[in-house]
Amino acid sequence: MAEGRVVGIDLGTTNSLVAYMQGDAPVVIPGVDGSNLVPSIVALDPIPASGGRPTVTVGNSARRVLIETPERVIYSVKRLMGRSLDEVRDELKFFPFRLADDVEAGEVPRVQLGELRFTPPEISAYILRQLKRNAERFFGEPVTQAVITVPAYFNDAQRQATKDAGRMAGLEVLRLVNEPTAAALAYGLDRAKEGTIAVYDLGGGTFDISILKLRDGIFEVQSTNGDTHLGGDDIDNLLLAIALDEIHSEHGVDLRTQPGAVQGLRKDAIDAKISLSSESSAKFDIELPNGDRYQREIPREVFEQLIEPVLNRTAGPCKQALTDAGITPEQIDEVVLVGGSTRIPSVRRLVDDIFHLSARGKKPHTELNPDEVVALGAAVQADILAGASKTTEEMLLLDVTPLSLGIEALGGVVARIIPRNSTIPASATEHFTTGVDGQTNVAIHVLQGERELAADCRSLARFDLKGIPPMTAGLPRIEVKFLIDADGILHVSAREQRSGKAAEIEVKATYGLTDEQVETMILDSFDHAEEDFAKRLLIEARNEAETILAKVEQARMSPAWGALRGEEQSAIGAAGDRLAAVKAGDDLTAIREATLALDRATHRLAELMMDAAVTTAIRGKTMTAAGEDLGEEVTAPHPMAPAEFK
Amino acid sequence: MLKVLDSAVPIACWSCAVAHNESTLFCPHCSKIQPPPGADYYSVFSLEPRLTLDLGMLEHQFHKLSRKLHPDRFARATPEEKDWSLADTALLNDAYRTLRDPIRRTEYLLKLHGAEIGEEHSGKGRTDPSRVPADLLEEVFDLNMQLEEMRAAKKMGEEDPDLKQSLTEAKKKFDGLLDDVDNDLRTQWTAWDDGDASARSAAQKTMLALLDRRRYLDNLVRDVNETLGAN
Repeated sequence: MAEGRVVGIDLGTTNSLVAYMQGDAPVVIPGVDGSNLVPSIVALDPIPASGGRPTVTVGNSARRVLIETPERVIYSVKRLMGRSLDEVRDELKFFPFRLADDVEAGEVPRVQLGELRFTPPEISAYILRQLKRNAERFFGEPVTQAVITVPAYFNDAQRQATKDAGRMAGLEVLRLVNEPTAAALAYGLDRAKEGTIAVYDLGGGTFDISILKLRDGIFEVQSTNGDTHLGGDDIDNLLLAIALDEIHSEHGVDLRTQPGAVQGLRKDAIDAKISLSSESSAKFDIELPNGDRYQREIPREVFEQLIEPVLNRTAGPCKQALTDAGITPEQIDEVVLVGGSTRIPSVRRLVDDIFHLSARGKKPHTELNPDEVVALGAAVQADILAGASKTTEEMLLLDVTPLSLGIEALGGVVARIIPRNSTIPASATEHFTTGVDGQTNVAIHVLQGERELAADCRSLARFDLKGIPPMTAGLPRIEVKFLIDADGILHVSAREQRSGKAAEIEVKATYGLTDEQVETMILDSFDHAEEDFAKRLLIEARNEAETILAKVEQARMSPAWGALRGEEQSAIGAAGDRLAAVKAGDDLTAIREATLALDRATHRLAELMMDAAVTTAIRGKTMTAAGEDLGEEVTAPHPMAPAEFK
Repeated sequence: MLKVLDSAVPIACWSCAVAHNESTLFCPHCSKIQPPPGADYYSVFSLEPRLTLDLGMLEHQFHKLSRKLHPDRFARATPEEKDWSLADTALLNDAYRTLRDPIRRTEYLLKLHGAEIGEEHSGKGRTDPSRVPADLLEEVFDLNMQLEEMRAAKKMGEEDPDLKQSLTEAKKKFDGLLDDVDNDLRTQWTAWDDGDASARSAAQKTMLALLDRRRYLDNLVRDVNETLGAN
């Protein structure tokens, strides 16, 4: 296979991003709509009138249909990755996911989306495919290899599920990188830092804390801890619960039974949360189906009291990570904040408190956009793996396994074989024997977790060592090697030492898809075919050409057009004519070049229109809203250009 | 004991065919990565098997070898090289994890020299009453009584400040005893490293007893910490 580019992907609970190393700096690749963030929302379009399988949309366009057709939309699917049916049921208290009703215990749960059912890795695969397409569109060439980030505290099953999703999306996942470690890479790139840093990562659905030692380009994780069930979603749910309760008790309207209305209210709750990071109070003002208005002021103090219990749950993991690293808060030289939720002022106060920052005249690092820093770090790791890059050749990431690996011993007690915070890859060798004469099978139960009893740990896999030559009890000596690879995923191999025979093992993951199942779920296998790819690029290039031509036509009516000099106007005219002439042809490069030329020719025009948009747009308004004010939808970084080609 | 899964370690380098010592991670001739050697943890770092170790040096070597062996350096190598990089790095990491920790290092080296430190001993049995060190019998008995009381009080949702106070003091005492054991162990290190055969075997015997005592104390302190809710 051609040594193509390796991209870095942050597959987030709320938003996902794809980034790559441009020269010696990582940059995020924007989508067709010009936005760096692809909301991790997947919608199933209505079944086409002509029949056939409905198409799937991802991101902002999926978000738009969330309120009208919530039963066809899913978000925060990361919370379901690698989870068992029972664990998923707990999630359902807060999310409008509908499980397929025919799922049996032990199977990977499936989510009902409209008429169809999907496993969580399949949903994630759609998000990954969108990111892959964004990157391919940007580079104009296929992208097949990626680094994907996962929460540091993800267990084996959650990691495997993420890797499966990559494969379904047609991506070879070269490495899974822990999110806080990725953030450290992004921060560590531009300065030759030495010292001990803590990364506090409070995202949409997960919390991680990692402590790293930086030295000579080596990023050595000392300890990590976290909670895969703690994040901004929990804060949204608190606000949402208040609104739903009050609407019910004060107005007698029970919105809980109306998924669309709940989604509308959730959006209001998120808006309120975001504005409370900068304003001293926020407001709910909602028209109810019965004509009443629900109006509610939320002062920041009330909000902070409300979320305090959620935030305090991050303190325990931080302290444990410090203990495990064998250091005190004073020995932390720098703290890096990651994840959108770290914008909340009371989160910053808590971090300050835990690590005694202001007392030592220090401030946490927030220079890099907390929404983007993980993707940027993933791009750095992608560059390390791709090799042959001057910028990253001295860098090396040494990560750890977040949870202890153990096997069930007599009495249901866990015998720990690889302790948590061991640098990965890590291995352990254990010996087993038989208890009965002539016994040819030995059953082994592998677990992950810190508790004493097997029943309290997460069951990873059960397997049988088969084909042991019949011998007197206790005589066979079966050596089993457990290996945690650099992705944090477990591999097992075994051999009977007396006969020298490799024992056959069938490792059955307690939860998770088999290889064969993953194979059947690979999305649009035609994606890989070269000619289809070329065809798709051609169609996309034509669409872009159409878009920019239409926009130039529209712009001729705007006051900005009049502000251009005569030669600028005629240059645009000529570039437009050239593009119009080539766009129907099959020459991809010609269409691209003509599009690019028109893009360049309209650069000043675009700037003038942007200025106008910015002056009319009120503070805090989004680019999209500003574009709509101009009577057109923003589809690229500036109002007219397609995303830049490399 | 470390044993290699694949007993067929080639003597000749797979890449350049020049014969090499089979306990090396890289071919000395062409520098290509080699399948995991049947090496003990010390020879991974080219170190003499001693209990006294320069940890700064060990870390430096660990970083140096990581740079060369880590799977990140082999993301686009052949499948065989990828596998070897994974296995070699796991060996390196296991070796570093064991050698940098004074207790794990001591246990490991004594085991290499044939001492029996079975899995059934290594901290899994918790506080087995039959293994109470003789000089601590009385104190351990008192402590266990207090722990029981404390757990019972906790179950009832009661706070007993006096009990807590006396448990905290007991913990301090046992922490101190742990430090004593560690110091005693260190003294024996030199005897083991530099002594003649008889001094070495005496040191080994003393250390095995100290390790037993240490495991017992360690479990005890952990019990107290758990009961006090310190962690």
